[in-house]
Amino acid sequence: MIHLYKMALRDLGRNRRRSFFSALALGLGLALLLLMAAVIAGEMRGALESSIRLQSGHLQVRAPSYDEDKTSLAWEDLIEHPDQLAAQIASLSQVKVATPRLFASGIVAAGNESVGVRIVGIDPSSEANAPFRDGMVTGEFPTADDREGILIGQPLAEKLSLESGDRINLLVNTSNGDVDQQPFVIRGIYSTHTPGYDQSVVFMPLAKAQAIAQAENHASTIFVLLKDRDQAGAVIAALQTGPYQIKTWEQMNQVLVQTEQMAGAYMFLIYLIVLAITATVIINTLIMAVFERTREIGILSAIGMRGGRIMAMFFAESSLLAVGGIAMGLVLGGLLVAYATQYGFFIGNLGVTGILLGERIYAYLTLKDTISLTVMAFVVTLLAALYPALLAARMEPVEALHGGK
Amino acid sequence: MEVTRVENVTRTYKVGKVETQALRGVSFSIESGEFTGLVGPSGSGKTTLLQLIGCLDQPTSGRVYVNGRDVSRLNRNQRADVRRGTIGFIFQFFALIPTLTAYENVEMPLLLIGQSASERRKRVMDLLGSVDLTDRAHHRPDQLSGGEQQRVAVARALAPKPSLVLADEPTANLDTPNGKQVMETMMRLNQETGVTFVFATHDPRVIQYARRVITLRDGLVVATSMDS
Repeated sequence: MIHLYKMALRDLGRNRRRSFFSALALGLGLALLLLMAAVIAGEMRGALESSIRLQSGHLQVRAPSYDEDKTSLAWEDLIEHPDQLAAQIASLSQVKVATPRLFASGIVAAGNESVGVRIVGIDPSSEANAPFRDGMVTGEFPTADDREGILIGQPLAEKLSLESGDRINLLVNTSNGDVDQQPFVIRGIYSTHTPGYDQSVVFMPLAKAQAIAQAENHASTIFVLLKDRDQAGAVIAALQTGPYQIKTWEQMNQVLVQTEQMAGAYMFLIYLIVLAITATVIINTLIMAVFERTREIGILSAIGMRGGRIMAMFFAESSLLAVGGIAMGLVLGGLLVAYATQYGFFIGNLGVTGILLGERIYAYLTLKDTISLTVMAFVVTLLAALYPALLAARMEPVEALHGGK
Repeated sequence: MEVTRVENVTRTYKVGKVETQALRGVSFSIESGEFTGLVGPSGSGKTTLLQLIGCLDQPTSGRVYVNGRDVSRLNRNQRADVRRGTIGFIFQFFALIPTLTAYENVEMPLLLIGQSASERRKRVMDLLGSVDLTDRAHHRPDQLSGGEQQRVAVARALAPKPSLVLADEPTANLDTPNGKQVMETMMRLNQETGVTFVFATHDPRVIQYARRVITLRDGLVVATSMDS
């Protein structure tokens, strides 16, 4: 075995430049795949984190009849006395924060322009608002007793050319199906660096939202963040929510989970295509080696080397090329991924709906992806040696000794 | 004891639609310890006959026996198994593996028969000593002269203690002094070890070394003579 690899190493050394570039082709392929896998994983992870942080939380308690897509405000679709329920949930040790939120749909009108928005009534003092409070660009975060203040996102402010302190008109659908209109003052402008969210969500204190939407003492949901999201099951088991239902972050982000699965299948295909391209380089190198060494194959055969061992020689060469290529790929890919993890890629506002994408995608390389791609690259490179190895093993010694047909 | 025997052997090559009969019914046997020359002009069938005796090729008809075993109809791997350890080859071109040193080239057949490292080391150094190349053991073929390379090939052919060594025009690419040295080495090893040598040549200077000469012409044995 050692002799096999010693011979393989020397054979590769006969044409160092060719061997180096063959391994480099594999290395570049692997580096590209590592970066792709890390970007996809980072994008999905970022989207899920954004969704949990901004939109879904880890758990939401809702009325069974509440339809999120319709932003229903009918009282029977809402939670009554949400503060009491929120306090009860917050008392559980696994719960980081639980806060009521009321959702309504509306239109922000400023000057001659108007934009449809989702109005979220929040308890301004809740820790759950950290992403918005920390993301304040100008102005102040509204207080609980603010009766005319509203918080809007930066993309919306830019679109309507608004600044903190400006006045707008807000049209709101109410619980009885009417539309109410009231003037508001822009108390502050926030940015979560998630354009899809920031351009369409405005905040106001819960009491004001309840008043304008005529949803007195009701909330659409209790938004719950846990200390550890894996505790969701345990918290659900511990909660006594009466007639209300509890949705987990997995249920609420099903689109994302499905997208990730679909992306996984799609990426697998891409991996195979990229590796197949690098495999052709390896196949080409080894076929050239077989033709250059036809007479030597004849000599080895003449002294009694079986076809299987001749094949093993070429597999040894391809495995050495694979090891070299993978080493280069891991270094190169590691550097690329490290850069993309640290600094990310700016993608701006892609206008994607349904998934919350940040302005920047940060790579996130998992150990699982690294191992599976490395193994895949190794196996594909070994498979690439199959045809050249068979070609060598099936040579008739007499023909091989004369340098082939 | 008979080392090899050919019975009524023919070998026809087909190139496109043209058939060429290289051997047209050859029979003879070679006894253990012989130092036999196959002679004849180019195209007489010497190389073809060596390839058949050496299990590198198969006859179109007739039988080839090596150590009493019929090897005429074996598959590729079975023929490799017969060659390994039983038949040594010396070719006209200096058939060494260029990436291996003289030592490693001689060691290769021993690796294939699974000898231990210590046995291999002793055997290889003994053989390199017997072909007067001990000090060149760790040189690669491109660092050796043609004569030295062919002596390494002789040592390699003898390494697994074969019962038969086949040499196809072993001196054809050597100058006279080197050719003489290679032939004298082969003859000395034949006498010392008792290994049977069969070599093909059309060089009269080489023929004189043979104790038995089998003359071929147009694919047939036309004469067999023993040295007095």
